[in-house]
Amino acid sequence: METVKENRGAAAQAKTTEKKLKITGAEAIIHCLLKEDVDLLYGYPGGAIMPVYDELYKFQDKLTHILTRHEQGATHAAQGYARVSGRVGVAMATSGPGATNLVTGLADAQIDSTPMVCITGQVPRHLLGSDAFQETDIIGISTPVTKWNYQITKASEIPEIMAKAFYIAKSGRPGPVLIDITKNAQFEEMDFSYEKCTGVRSYIPSTKPDQDALKDAAELINNAKKPYIVWGQGIILGEAEEELKALIEKAGIPAAWTIMGESAIPTDHPLNVGMVGMHGNYGPNVLTNECDVLLAIGMRFDDRVTGRLEDYATQAKVIHFEIDPAEVNKNVNADVAVLGNAKETLAALLPLINTNNHESWHQEFKAKDKIEFDTVIKNDIHPSKEGLTMGEVIEEINIASKSNAVIVTDVGQHQMIACRYAKFAQTKSNITSGGLGTMGFALPAAIGAKMGAMDREVVAIIGDGGYQMTIQELGVIHQHQVPVKIVVLNNDHLGMVRQWQELFFDRRYASTVMVNPDFVKIAEGYHIEAKRVSERKDLKTAVQEMIASDKPYFLEVKVEKEDNVFPMIPSGAAVSEIRLK
Amino acid sequence: MDEKKWFTISVYSENNVGLLNRISGIFLKRHINIESLNVSKSEIDGVSKFTIVVHTTLKWVNNIVGQLEKQIEVIKAFYHTDDETIYQESALFKIASNLLFDERQIQNIIKESNSQIVTVSRNFFVLAKSGRRFEIDEMYEQLKPFGIMQFVRSGRISVSKDEMPITALLQEFQQ
Repeated sequence: METVKENRGAAAQAKTTEKKLKITGAEAIIHCLLKEDVDLLYGYPGGAIMPVYDELYKFQDKLTHILTRHEQGATHAAQGYARVSGRVGVAMATSGPGATNLVTGLADAQIDSTPMVCITGQVPRHLLGSDAFQETDIIGISTPVTKWNYQITKASEIPEIMAKAFYIAKSGRPGPVLIDITKNAQFEEMDFSYEKCTGVRSYIPSTKPDQDALKDAAELINNAKKPYIVWGQGIILGEAEEELKALIEKAGIPAAWTIMGESAIPTDHPLNVGMVGMHGNYGPNVLTNECDVLLAIGMRFDDRVTGRLEDYATQAKVIHFEIDPAEVNKNVNADVAVLGNAKETLAALLPLINTNNHESWHQEFKAKDKIEFDTVIKNDIHPSKEGLTMGEVIEEINIASKSNAVIVTDVGQHQMIACRYAKFAQTKSNITSGGLGTMGFALPAAIGAKMGAMDREVVAIIGDGGYQMTIQELGVIHQHQVPVKIVVLNNDHLGMVRQWQELFFDRRYASTVMVNPDFVKIAEGYHIEAKRVSERKDLKTAVQEMIASDKPYFLEVKVEKEDNVFPMIPSGAAVSEIRLK
Repeated sequence: MDEKKWFTISVYSENNVGLLNRISGIFLKRHINIESLNVSKSEIDGVSKFTIVVHTTLKWVNNIVGQLEKQIEVIKAFYHTDDETIYQESALFKIASNLLFDERQIQNIIKESNSQIVTVSRNFFVLAKSGRRFEIDEMYEQLKPFGIMQFVRSGRISVSKDEMPITALLQEFQQ
C-alpha cells in the first residue's frame, strides 16, 4: 500500500513539473529563435501574429524586434543582415497582406541565395479555406520563391519545423524559408524541447568533392595557356575567399567576378581583373571569348553574365565548380563539373595545381583595361564636363571610407556604376539585388547590413527612383538611430530605363522622367541630418562630412540627367560585342 | 538535342501537403505542359511516387529533373524515354446497357480489345481497359458511334526497365 501511495505521489509531482514545462506555441517560437542564436528580427505585427508579438514584448531583453514601415522592408533588412554577417536573417509578418508583402523579398532571397527565415501568422486552423479576414494562401503564393515552406497548424510541430527551417535556410545553397503558423497553434500549449536539425533524409545540401573530377579539372588548368576564372557569390557564401586567393596566386590565373561575387577578393589584388557581365569591364568580357580554359566557381551563368549563349566562351573548355547540381549544364555545358562547397573543392584542387604566372595573358587584360580607361573610366571618375557624374561620387566615397565601407546598392544605373567603381578591401561588402533586380532593396537592406556589422561603415547608394519605393524605412533609421549613410544619386529619371529608351527605343522616353520631392526636407522630416550637392566643388567635403558623421546621414547628389552606363553588352549580343560607347 | 520527345518523369518524394503544388510549379515556370500525372505510393513505405509525362526536349527534361531533385522533400527524380519503360494507362467507358444486347459489334469490340466488363446495371454497363494510349484511343473511336455516356482515362503509370537506385539511397540515409 505504501509503495502505491509513494508512486502516486511521484506521479503527481512529475505532473506538476510537466505543467511547468508547458508553454504556448507563441512562446515556443521565441525559444526556437533563441536556440538558433537569433537576437534580432524585422517585422510588422497584425491580428494573426499577435500572440507571438505578445511574447516578443516579454522577451525584449533577449530578442530585438525592429518595426519596419512595410513588410517588404523587413525582408530586405533581414537580407542585408544575412549578407554582411553570414547568419540567417529573420522577418515576421501577419497573415494576408502582411504575408503577401514579403513576396518580393522572398523572391530576391531565392534568386540571390540569401539565408532567411520568414514567419507569418495565419488565421486559425478551423477558418482555413473560409476566406476569413486577412486569410491568404501564403504557402501557395510563396512556393515558387522559397527554398522550403511549411504551414504549422499544431503547437507540437513548432520546435521540429523551426529547427528544420533554419537548417534548410543556411545549409547547401542557402535560400529563404517561410513558416506559416495558424493562430490556434500560437495559443495552444505544448511541451517544449528543442533539438537542432542536422539533416533531412530527402535533402543533400552538398556533396564531397569527386577526386576524378578534380584531377580532370587540374589537368585542364595545368595545360592551359590562357586560363581564366570567373567567380560568383558561391565564394562568399562558402567562405572560400582564402582558398580562391591561394588558387589564383599559385596558378597565376586572372580572375573576374560576377556582381554577386564582388568583394570576395580585394579590388586592388593584381589578379582581380574586374567585373563580367552587361556593364562589366571590357577585358573580362572580351577575353571570356579568348581564354582556353574557363573556370567558373560558385556562379550560375546568368544571362546578364553570358550575353548571347551561343557565342559564350565556345572556344574554351569549361570547368564548373558548383554546390547546386541543378546549375551544372543549365545554361553553359561544363566539360568538367566539380560539385560541392567551394571551400572544400578549392582546397582539394590547390595541391593538384602547378605554379604558373601566364604573364603575356595578363598583358592582354592590361591592354584592354587601358582602352576602357581611356574611353570610359577616365570620363566617369575624373570628368571634364560640368555636370556631376555618378562615378566621381563613388570615387569620393572610396577615398573617404578608405575602401572599407559596406556598399549597399539598389537597382539601375547607380548600381552598375557603384559596382564598377567601388573599391573593396574586405569580403561580404557589396550588398545588392543581383538576380531579381529589386528596386527599393537598398534602403532597408542597408539598415540590416549596419545592424549585422555595427563596427563597419555602411553606405547605401540609391537612385531617385528606387529610393522612393521604400523611402518610408527612414522611419526605422530615425527611431533606432541606425547610423547608415544614404547617398541618393539623383538624375530625375529612371536612368537605366531611360538609357535603353535612348539606345533601343528611338528616344521615346515613356514614363521615365521623375518630378521629385525635396529629398533633403524629407530626410529632415525624419530628423536625419541631410545635405544636397549639385556642384563639383562641394562634393569632396560633403562626402567627407558624411563619412565622418557617427549618426545617420543623408546626402543627395544632383548628377547629370542623361548620362549612360558604358561599357554595355546590348541585350542579345555576345560578350565580345561589348560596346564602349 | 532540341527535338521534342515523350519523357516519363518519376519523382520519389515525402508524402507532404503542398508538394504537388511545388512540383507542378516547376513545370509552370518553364511553360511546359504536363500531359499526364499520377500520384501513388511507391515500393518504399511512406514514399510517394509521381509519374509525370511531358513532351519536351532533352535539355528541358534535364533542367526539370534537376529542379525537381533540388526540392527539399523530393528524394530522387528520374526521366526515361518511352523505350526505357513499361507503361500503360487505364480507361473506363460507361455505355447504355441495351447496346450490350442489341449491338453484336460491341461484343466483338470487348473481346478484341481485351477489356473487362466491370459492372452491368439496368441502365448502363462499364468497360475497363488497360493498355497503351493508342489502344485506348482506338477502342474509344470504335465505341463512339454507339454513344459513350461517360469516358475517363488515367494518367500514365510506368516502371523502368532498368533499376531505379532509390531503395539503396534511402537505406543509406537510414543507416
